[in-house]
Amino acid sequence: MAKFRRKKGKGMAAINTASLPDIVFMLLFFFMVSTTMRETEVQVKVTVPEATEVKKLEKKSLVSYIYIGRPVAHVARMYGTEPLVQLNDKLVSEEGIPFESVQDFVLFEREKLPESDKNKMTMSLRIDQNIPMGKVDDVKQALRRARALIINYSARKEYRTQGRQR
Amino acid sequence: MARETPEVNGGSLADIAFLLLIFFLVTTTMDIDTGITRQLPPEPEEDQITDIKVNKRNVLVVLLNRSDRLMVGGAEMDRLDLKAKTLEFFTNPTNSQTLPVMEETEVQFPPGSSSLLPPDGIWRGKVSKGVISLQNDRSTTYGKYLQVQNELVAAVNELRNDFCNLYFDKDYDELNTAIPNDEEIQSGIRQIYKMNISEADPKNIGGRN
Repeated sequence: MAKFRRKKGKGMAAINTASLPDIVFMLLFFFMVSTTMRETEVQVKVTVPEATEVKKLEKKSLVSYIYIGRPVAHVARMYGTEPLVQLNDKLVSEEGIPFESVQDFVLFEREKLPESDKNKMTMSLRIDQNIPMGKVDDVKQALRRARALIINYSARKEYRTQGRQR
Repeated sequence: MARETPEVNGGSLADIAFLLLIFFLVTTTMDIDTGITRQLPPEPEEDQITDIKVNKRNVLVVLLNRSDRLMVGGAEMDRLDLKAKTLEFFTNPTNSQTLPVMEETEVQFPPGSSSLLPPDGIWRGKVSKGVISLQNDRSTTYGKYLQVQNELVAAVNELRNDFCNLYFDKDYDELNTAIPNDEEIQSGIRQIYKMNISEADPKNIGGRN
């Protein structure tokens, strides 16, 4: 025990903090590299609904996004407030049924995928919860015609308090 | 020229780096996309006969009208009761004449994967022939529509999960699709409890738009 007591008088040795910036820089670079700024500006307001049975979308490279919602303020000045469809980053400005645009979009996106993944292409539908189904049905029909059959209704995870009900 | 440059104090370097680090920590959002994955039916061929005769007892019509009211099998229903109704419809526990026909089926599982299955891995049992027909109006709100979809999917997921727990002592989602054995189990269960939700071609229900 005496061994330990003798040390006490000397005080703590100062920790060399010279390498602290290096460590912090390393973390900084990690976050800088891993951060991906969203390249698509969503020009429609989308609040996706809540659901309990949601699953994660696995392969991001197979996913294309279709947004349906009412335009945000600065877009609404040009196109009005009726619900619009946005395909990845392109806003479909035409009125009525965006059949053609959706089909072109599907073909274009499918072309980007390797041959083996072409039939696994997933369309993530990010649709505002207050949009009437008419627009959604139109897009779904267009997707059927373009043979993009795997779709994902984007939704937030909802937690029910009453648990499983039978 | 001989003059030496004064040494720069590097003590505050860590502070600056910390500041940047915290900025990136805060702005990074690891947003994970979640949602309900569904498969659309393929577009029918030109010469294909689209009207397939289906026994009336095998169909449960789920209707969502323009004012977001839900009608199931001819009666109005609360959304939260839909899951129980779907479960009853797909399992037909009372062997009722008004619920779908249960058909004797054999499904192949990987041999020896479960103690409850015979050694050859063939499951013999009854599989429902029921189909849920989901119809909505053009004015139905999408949020309501997805909630109804969710209840239907929840019912089928629960059936699959219960089966998987009983036979394989695992949750259905725990099965790893990258492993061929698990993949085979999943596709077997999918054959027993099919996601038979058909969506009618859009039309207007309940009044004019």
